[in-house]
Amino acid sequence: MISIVDSLMNYFSTINFDQSLLLVLAIVIPGVAIFLVMTLNVMLSVYFERKVAAFMQDRLGPMEVGIFGYKGGKKFWGGIGQIFADTIKLLTKEDIMPDDADKKLMFLSPFIIIIGAILTFAAVPFTKGLVVSDFNIGILYIIAMSSVGVIGVILAGWSSNNKWSLYGAMRSAAQIISYEIPIGLTLLLIVITVGSLQINDIVAWQENNRWFILHSPFAFIAFFIYFISVVAETNRTPFDIPEAESELVAGWMTEFSGFKWSIFFMSEYANMLIVSMVGSIVFLGGWLSPFKIIHLSFIPETWYLLDGFYWGIFWLMLKAIILVFVMMWFRWTFPRLRVDQLMYVCWKVFIPFSLANLFLITIWELIF
Amino acid sequence: MIEILIDKFKNKINKIDNSEALLVDADSWREVSKFIKNDKKMKFDYLMSISSYDKEEGGLYGVAYNFHSTSLKHYLEIRIEVSSEQEIESIAHLWRAADWHEREAYDMMGIKFINHPDMKRILLPEDWEGYPLRKDYKTPNYYNGMPVPKDKSYWE
Amino acid sequence: MFKVIDKSIINADEMILNMGPQHPSTHGVLRLKIITDGEIVSHIEPIIGYLHRCFEKHCENLTYEQIVPFTDRCDYLASMHMSHSYSIAVEKLLDIELPERVEYIRVIISELQRIASHLIAVGAFGLDVGAITPFTWTLRDRERILDLFEQLCGARLLYNYVWPGGLSHDLPKNFIQNTIDFLDYFEPRIEEYNQLLTTNKIFIERSADVGVMPLDVAINYGVTGPSLRASGTDMDLRKTEPYSIYDKFDFNVPVGEGLMGTVGDCWDRYYVRVLELKESVKILRQALPSIPDGDVHSAMPKKIRPKVGEVYSRYESARGDVGFYIMSNGKPTPTRLKMRSPAYCNLSVLNEISSGWMISDVITVLGSLDIVLGEIDR
Repeated sequence: MISIVDSLMNYFSTINFDQSLLLVLAIVIPGVAIFLVMTLNVMLSVYFERKVAAFMQDRLGPMEVGIFGYKGGKKFWGGIGQIFADTIKLLTKEDIMPDDADKKLMFLSPFIIIIGAILTFAAVPFTKGLVVSDFNIGILYIIAMSSVGVIGVILAGWSSNNKWSLYGAMRSAAQIISYEIPIGLTLLLIVITVGSLQINDIVAWQENNRWFILHSPFAFIAFFIYFISVVAETNRTPFDIPEAESELVAGWMTEFSGFKWSIFFMSEYANMLIVSMVGSIVFLGGWLSPFKIIHLSFIPETWYLLDGFYWGIFWLMLKAIILVFVMMWFRWTFPRLRVDQLMYVCWKVFIPFSLANLFLITIWELIF
Repeated sequence: MIEILIDKFKNKINKIDNSEALLVDADSWREVSKFIKNDKKMKFDYLMSISSYDKEEGGLYGVAYNFHSTSLKHYLEIRIEVSSEQEIESIAHLWRAADWHEREAYDMMGIKFINHPDMKRILLPEDWEGYPLRKDYKTPNYYNGMPVPKDKSYWE
Repeated sequence: MFKVIDKSIINADEMILNMGPQHPSTHGVLRLKIITDGEIVSHIEPIIGYLHRCFEKHCENLTYEQIVPFTDRCDYLASMHMSHSYSIAVEKLLDIELPERVEYIRVIISELQRIASHLIAVGAFGLDVGAITPFTWTLRDRERILDLFEQLCGARLLYNYVWPGGLSHDLPKNFIQNTIDFLDYFEPRIEEYNQLLTTNKIFIERSADVGVMPLDVAINYGVTGPSLRASGTDMDLRKTEPYSIYDKFDFNVPVGEGLMGTVGDCWDRYYVRVLELKESVKILRQALPSIPDGDVHSAMPKKIRPKVGEVYSRYESARGDVGFYIMSNGKPTPTRLKMRSPAYCNLSVLNEISSGWMISDVITVLGSLDIVLGEIDR
């Protein structure tokens, strides 16, 4: 399959113009498109989270702003104008920086975090053929790029010139780095089964066999380890010690206001969407419809309904949104873990289990 | 039970008229307190409260201790009256509840306790002057340069 | 054990962390000076007095009837308990016999107030640990109790209802039926809180075995109330020395048993409060159908002039053992009125039980002790 950049380059090679400039254009256009997708995602995610939180807490959430509110009579879509109101407010807020803080680093750190998120999006497909660039080391690239954000977190804590911000940033960095190990180990399971790191091959394998979560009991366990580790990786409750508490003084994001804070926010929701999409591609069959959950060779192709280019986008986003909803559900249900309990869960529970999983699935592959 | 106490510490404990409280001399408070905590017929292990009061006649200030025994279920009230220069022995090493209650008695009434682990004001700021619960207390006109309002017609 | 805090002996490794008067939790204006060694707390010094309003000095200039609204403002989350306990103290000085109807209504009000106060304690404890949803649910149920109180005396938080010698108004028309409807609505909700919080594994990890308070330490520090009963004893004034008409009702006293950890840890203190919600509902169901008729104002004296003497009366409020020590010399104003607040002694035990734990655990222990700064500072 071809990716967007390749298809744009094919089209541009027919135009009689300077090819290197056209190459730059072919790279910039998908970048801007990805940025617009992320902005749309954060706006909808913030609204979704507020409404989900409110309904779980037996209240209504934002209802005033927008046309569907109290007068329109709709409970869930009331207050939809709140997203525009919040966006405008965040963009026009005054940017307060402490005197002793390191201004250049404070300016730089949100951008490093968002760059990590955008770069990961470059390898995540939305459906068959709709990907910015189809790497042949897809999974490895995704795992690597999602680690770039750690540098931004540490820089944010350091540049704030605040003892407790630094402390919170260090804890957050330790948490993110520790939980990447179970993520990598569980994603490795499908690489072993399929034999390739390329995402297209992974989904094609699932199309020919069955969804990976149903492939073997070890893959089933691996899905849950993966899901809990990504909740920890994105600093969501029950693992949100750096954000919410941090000795009850400040989180690592305190000294940032206005536009910079909205970049942090955007990166958190972008991270949530990325890991949900990767999880649904690897374990839940990606853009395959639920009718293709198991491939049975005696069923003719025409019986597979609801499959195709546009249906693929729908199924992938549906699975990703369901996983995002479950992450939000966790946030409003569970209390948070203490720091040492968090580290205990990672190093003494998840890593041994993932290693054991890895070993046992190779045996499974040999036998079956 | 009151008879046992009066028998043991003959001149140092007196009864008070119209009341079930006992008046103890400030000098013998150490032995009395140890006795009422440890003796088998007393066993007062729960110090309920320490109240300081201003006895206007004679310029004396008093402290009332209320004890209760959780095992034998009887009550005891002991009072000690001192002038403003005398000091009372602290019982914070026997009943840890006395720690904060004695600080409050010092803070509000100015009664000094010796051998207390951390004697300083508890409810008022550290640099406050005067002891509010005394009957002859006048509110100060300035505190750290901030004037107390001149027009007090709406107070009381 | 205790040692004199000498500031010159703090080594370079120890940090002084100040959890300032403003808190994200609902406990009020309390300042905690925490001396930590890395992550582990070595000493905590609570600094109080930010809410001191000279309650005791005011009372020396007010008549006995005028003091009742001031007692409400001491513990603003359980104000009926404060006025009830003050009224019992003054009635001991006056030697009045109250009509049955007054006693029944006072018990009903007192148990409803206990449910409301424990709901906040349970919800705020969940909030301290990180679970935000149970707080909104318990507050939603507490709103219904406040609606009942509003029907009764017009106020939602500070009632001025229980006067020495009786009550200020009689019950309104549908009060008993509304209260029975509320109880039918509320009882299944306790199961919801149990499902969400009590048996949640993360919550148990955070609160079990944390901040263990042995029984002798608790009695020595003067801790009372649910925090003491969680350490294994069943000392409840309503059972051991019944005041009012509590001896007519059949209820149990929940005792901490260390179901999920050690006896006397934070989970026990939390669970004792949840069980006390059920016991209060039991008492209410026994009291509500059998209120006798009568006049609530019949025993109220025209002017309160107690005899010369003093009284110390104890009462079991939502937080523990409230004591009023009143010295009177025959005048209509008291000579000395001292209020012994339970949260004052409950807070003083914080240093002993949270040394050696991490800073997040200090928040958990503080939430489980359930303090209200209004009654600590008076």
